[in-house]
Amino acid sequence: MDAIQAIINGKEISAEPGMTILQAAKANGIHIPTLCDHPAVSPFGACRICLVEAEKNPKLLPACTTPLTPGMVVFTNTPKVIEARKAVLELILVRHPLNCFSCPSNGKCELQDVAYELGVKESSYADPGDTNTSHEYEDANPFYVRDLNKCILCGRCVRVCEEQAQYHAIDFQGRGIRTSIQPPVGSPIELSDCVFCGQCVQVCPVGALSEKTALGMGRPWDIEKVKTVCSYCGVGCEVEINVNRKTGKIANVTTNYSSPTALNKGRSCVKGRFAWQFVNSEDRLTTPLIREGDTFRKASWDEALSLVAEKLGSIKERHGGDALGFFSSARCTNEENYLMQRLAREVMGTNNVDHCAHL
Amino acid sequence: MALYRAHVLICHGTGCASGGSPKVLETFREELQKKNLDKEVLVIATGCHGMCEFGPIVVVYPEGTFYSQVKPEDVAEIVEEHLYKGRIVNRLLYKEPISAQKVCHYKEIPFYGKQHRIVLSNCGYINPDNIDEYISRDGYQALGKCITEMSPAAVIEEMKKSGLRGRGGGGFPTGLKWSFCAASPGNKKYVICNADEGDPGAFMDRSILEGDPHAVLEGMMIGAYAMGADEGYIYCRAEYPLAIKRLQTAIHQATEYGLLGENVLGTDFSFDLHIKEGAGAFVCGEETALMASIEGQRGMPRPRPPFPAVKGLWGKPTNINNVETWANVPRIMLQGAECFAAMGTEKSKGTKVFALTGKVKNTGLVEVPMGITIREIVYEIGGGIIGDKKFKAVQIGGPSGGCLVEEHLDLPVDYESLTAAGAIMGSGGLVVLDESNCMVDTAKFFLEFTQRESCGKCVPCREGTKKMLDILTRITEGNGKPEDLDTLQYLGEQIKATSLCALGGTAPNPVLTTLKYFRHEYEAHINEKRCPAGACQSLLRYTIDPAKCIGCTKCARNCPVNCISGKVKEPHLIDQEKCIKCGACMANCPVGAISKG
Ligand SMILES: Cc1cc2nc3c(=O)[nH]c(=O)nc-3n(C[C@H](O)[C@H](O)[C@H](O)COP(=O)(O)O)c2cc1C
Ligand code: SF4
Ligand code: SF4
Ligand code: SF4
Ligand code: SF4
Ligand code: SF4
Ligand code: FES
Ligand code: FES
Repeated sequence: MDAIQAIINGKEISAEPGMTILQAAKANGIHIPTLCDHPAVSPFGACRICLVEAEKNPKLLPACTTPLTPGMVVFTNTPKVIEARKAVLELILVRHPLNCFSCPSNGKCELQDVAYELGVKESSYADPGDTNTSHEYEDANPFYVRDLNKCILCGRCVRVCEEQAQYHAIDFQGRGIRTSIQPPVGSPIELSDCVFCGQCVQVCPVGALSEKTALGMGRPWDIEKVKTVCSYCGVGCEVEINVNRKTGKIANVTTNYSSPTALNKGRSCVKGRFAWQFVNSEDRLTTPLIREGDTFRKASWDEALSLVAEKLGSIKERHGGDALGFFSSARCTNEENYLMQRLAREVMGTNNVDHCAHL
Repeated sequence: MALYRAHVLICHGTGCASGGSPKVLETFREELQKKNLDKEVLVIATGCHGMCEFGPIVVVYPEGTFYSQVKPEDVAEIVEEHLYKGRIVNRLLYKEPISAQKVCHYKEIPFYGKQHRIVLSNCGYINPDNIDEYISRDGYQALGKCITEMSPAAVIEEMKKSGLRGRGGGGFPTGLKWSFCAASPGNKKYVICNADEGDPGAFMDRSILEGDPHAVLEGMMIGAYAMGADEGYIYCRAEYPLAIKRLQTAIHQATEYGLLGENVLGTDFSFDLHIKEGAGAFVCGEETALMASIEGQRGMPRPRPPFPAVKGLWGKPTNINNVETWANVPRIMLQGAECFAAMGTEKSKGTKVFALTGKVKNTGLVEVPMGITIREIVYEIGGGIIGDKKFKAVQIGGPSGGCLVEEHLDLPVDYESLTAAGAIMGSGGLVVLDESNCMVDTAKFFLEFTQRESCGKCVPCREGTKKMLDILTRITEGNGKPEDLDTLQYLGEQIKATSLCALGGTAPNPVLTTLKYFRHEYEAHINEKRCPAGACQSLLRYTIDPAKCIGCTKCARNCPVNCISGKVKEPHLIDQEKCIKCGACMANCPVGAISKG
C-alpha cells in the first residue's frame, strides 16, 4: 500500500498506512507527550495527555489511538491542546504524592517529564487531604515493591502482563476513584498467577513499581546500562545490566522493548531479571580451581584447561571413550551444546551425552 | 381457538408483580372456576401499562374497564359484580389524580390522552409469554415481508427513509448505521441489543422487554438480515430477571415456530440469538464496554475508531442498537417508512418513551410523539406539579443530561432542540423538579452516580468528576469558596472535551446546566451559607418569627436537644449552634411562627 501523506504542525509528512497519529509523528521527529502509551503494548487511550487537534474535527483526538488518515491536518500544540493537557495533568496531580526527593523513579519518571514539559508545578485543584494514601506499601515479595499511591492507572502493567508475559495476573479493579490495579480479589500478588517476570516493573512510567534490589543502589544518572545476553538459558535474552558508576555495583537488570538486536523483544523471565545477586557474591569463583587432596588451589585458565585435556586424553587411552560422559547445561546456547556433543562424539568417541534439561 | 365473552388482563410487569399481581391472577382463576365462568372469561398476564404506581392494574375487555390497586381480596367482588352481573365495581376504578374523578375506561384516562403508543402498543394488551398473541397482532409479518420480498439493501433504504434515530441516547440515524455495518467486509457479523438500561430511574427498555419481547426479536432479525449477520446477543442487566425470563420464553417459542435458527421461514436466512446477562455496571451500557463484557473482559470502553461496524464483537463487524430502537423496526417495515416519518419533527421522527418521575401528579411510562412540548408532558400528561407548587425545572437525559427551566417549557422535544438547550434526549429519563428541589443538590446527586460508575480508565472522568463532586459537596455543606464556581465551570468543560467515552463526556452536564440557569442558587450556598430550597441539611436554619410567636413553649418542650429558650408568653429563640435541624419545633408550633430556609 502507498504511504499516507498528511500535515502535522504545518509540516508535510508521510507515514505508513495504519499508523496512528502518534506513530506517524514520532517517525517524523515530532514530539507528542504520552503517559499510557508504550511501544510494547497495544494503544489504550487512557491518560489523555496525547490529545491533539485535527482540522475539520471539533473534538480533541488522542494521538495514540487515532489512525492517521490521508490528507489529515494535525496540530499537536495549539493553545487549546496545551490547555487540555494541563488540565488533565493537574487532575492526575490532585492525588499523586509529590515526593520526588525520595522516589526511586526520580530522574527517569515520565510523569515528571510531562510536568516539566508543560510547566506544571502542582495541581491547582488539589485540596488538603487529597493526596492518595489509600494503599499500603507492598514489599512482601523478594522481587519488586508496589507503591500504588503513586500509580497513575495508565494500565501499561496490565497490558504488558497480558500481551507480552501472557499471564494476565493483574487487572483494573473497582470503579471511579477507587479503581486500582490488583491481582484477583482475595489473593495477594505473592499467591496470584504472577511469576515475577518483572515486565510490569519495566514498563511502569512512575515510581509505583520498582525492583526491590535497586532501592538505594543509585540514582538513574549514576547508572550505566551494559548490554549483554542473559546467561541463564539458551534463549539468549538481551538484557541490560544497570551498574552504578560510582560503586561498580549492579542495581538491577532491565530490558529494552525497542532494541533491534533483542530477540526477546524486551521480555524476560524472573531469573534473567532478578537472579543476578551471585555477581556480587563473596562466594563467587573468579578463577578456575584445581583440587589437591582435600583443598582447592587457584589456577589460570591455561593451566586448568591443559589439566582437563590431559586427564580426558589419558582416560580415553586407558579405558576407551565410553568411560567418559558429557553433561551440558540449559544455560548454554544451542551452539555451545552442539559443539559439546561434537567434542564428545568426534574427539572423545563416545555417545554418552546428556543435558540438564533431561533430568 | 375457543371464544370468550370477556378477557381479564392482569399486569405482570415488574411493578405490579411486586405489588402482588400473580396472586391476583391466581385468585381470579379460582373465583371464575367457582362461578363456572372459566370457559367464558379468559385471564391473561400482560406487560406494563406505565402506571405502575397504581398497580396492580387489571383491565377487563371488551369494555376496557380499568381497575387499579387491585388486591386478591377484591377479586371475588369483581368476578361477582362485573363478570357475573355486569356491574362495574366503582370503588376499584382508577382515580384520576388531577380531577380526583373516577375514570372507567382505559381510553378516557388523560394520562394516555396525549400519548401516542406505538412501541408500547402491545404492552399491557397481549400476553408476552404467548407468541400467538404477538402473531395475531401482525407480529412477524414484517420479518416475512423483508426476507421473502425485499433485498437487504432495500430494507436499509426503507430504514433510512423512516428517519429513525437511535433511542439509546446518541440519536444516531439507524439506517445509516446499518449501512456501515452492511458495507463492512467480512462473512461473520453480529447484531446486539443493548438492554443494559443503567440510568437511575429508567425503565423504558425493561417494560418493552417484559411486555412485548417478540417485537425486539423481530427487529433484530430484520436488522440481521439487512446487514448480513447470523448471530445476535441481547445484553440485559441481571437485575431484570423477569425481562430475561420473558426473552428466554420468546426465543424458545420463536425457535419452535421456525422463526429463529436455521433457514428462517424456509429462506436462506439463518439467525441465532443469545442472551448475555450483565452485572449492572452503568458503563457496560456504553457500546464498546458492553462488547468487552460479552467477550468476558472487564467492561471498559475502548477507543473508537475502530467503530463496532468495522471491528466489534470479537473483532467482527457488529451493529448495536437500543431495545426501543429495535422495537420500532417491525412497525416501520410493516407500515412503511412514510407512515413512521409522518410523526415527529423534521429531524426527529416517530415517538419516544420517557420515564416521567419527580414532582408531577402522574408519574410513569409515557410514549409521546417527537416534537411534543415539555409543557404538554409536564402539565397535560403529568397533570402538573404536586400540591400545585411552582415548577422549577426538568432534568432530561438522566445523569448525562441537563436541566431545562421555565423558559424551555414550550421547547419541542427533539434531539436538536434539547441539545441546543444544554440537555440531551438521552435514553428517556425525565424528572420534574419543583421549588423544594435544590439544584446544587440535584447536580450533586447525578455526579455522585457518575463518579461511582466511572470505569476508572481515563483521567478526566475518574479524577475530574471526583474533584467536581468534592467541590459540590463542600458547597452544600456551607464550605464553598467564591472561586469554586469558575473551577466547576472550567473543569466541567475540560472533562467533557478530554474524556474517552461519553460517560465522562456528559457527566458534567447536570452541573453545567444548573450553573447556567441557577447560578444564584449556587451563590446563595456559597456567599450566604443558605440553601434557598431548604434541601441541604447542613445549611438548614430553623428560625422563629418573634412577631408571630405567642410564647406557648411547645417548641421548646419538643426540641430533643433543648436548644430553644424563652419565657412563657414571650418570643422564643433557637440556638443555631446546638440545633440539629430535626424540624420538631416547626412541626409542633401551633401558629406557624417557625420557618426553615
Ligand atoms: C456510559 C454510557 C452508558 C450507556 N448506556 C446505555 C444503555 O443502558 N442502553 C443503551 O441502549 N445505550 C446506552 N448507551 C449508548 C450506547 O453506547 C450506544 O450508543 C447505543 O446502544 C446505540 O444504540 P442506538 O443507536 O439504538 O441508540 C450508553 C452510553 C454510555 C456512554
Ligand atoms: S512517581 Fe515521579 S512524580 Fe511521582 S513522586 Fe516519583 S518521581 Fe515524583
Ligand atoms: S511480574 Fe510478570 S507476571 Fe507478574 S504481574 Fe508483572 S508482568 Fe505479570
Ligand atoms: S502500576 Fe505503573 S504501569 Fe501499572 S497502572 Fe500504575 S502507573 Fe501504570
Ligand atoms: S470517560 Fe469514564 S467511563 Fe469512559 S472510559 Fe473514561 S473513565 Fe471510563
Ligand atoms: S411553638 Fe411556636 S409559638 Fe410556641 S413558643 Fe415555639 S415558636 Fe413560639
Ligand atoms: S498516551 Fe494517548 S491517551 Fe495516554
Ligand atoms: S408494572 Fe403494571 S403498570 Fe407498570
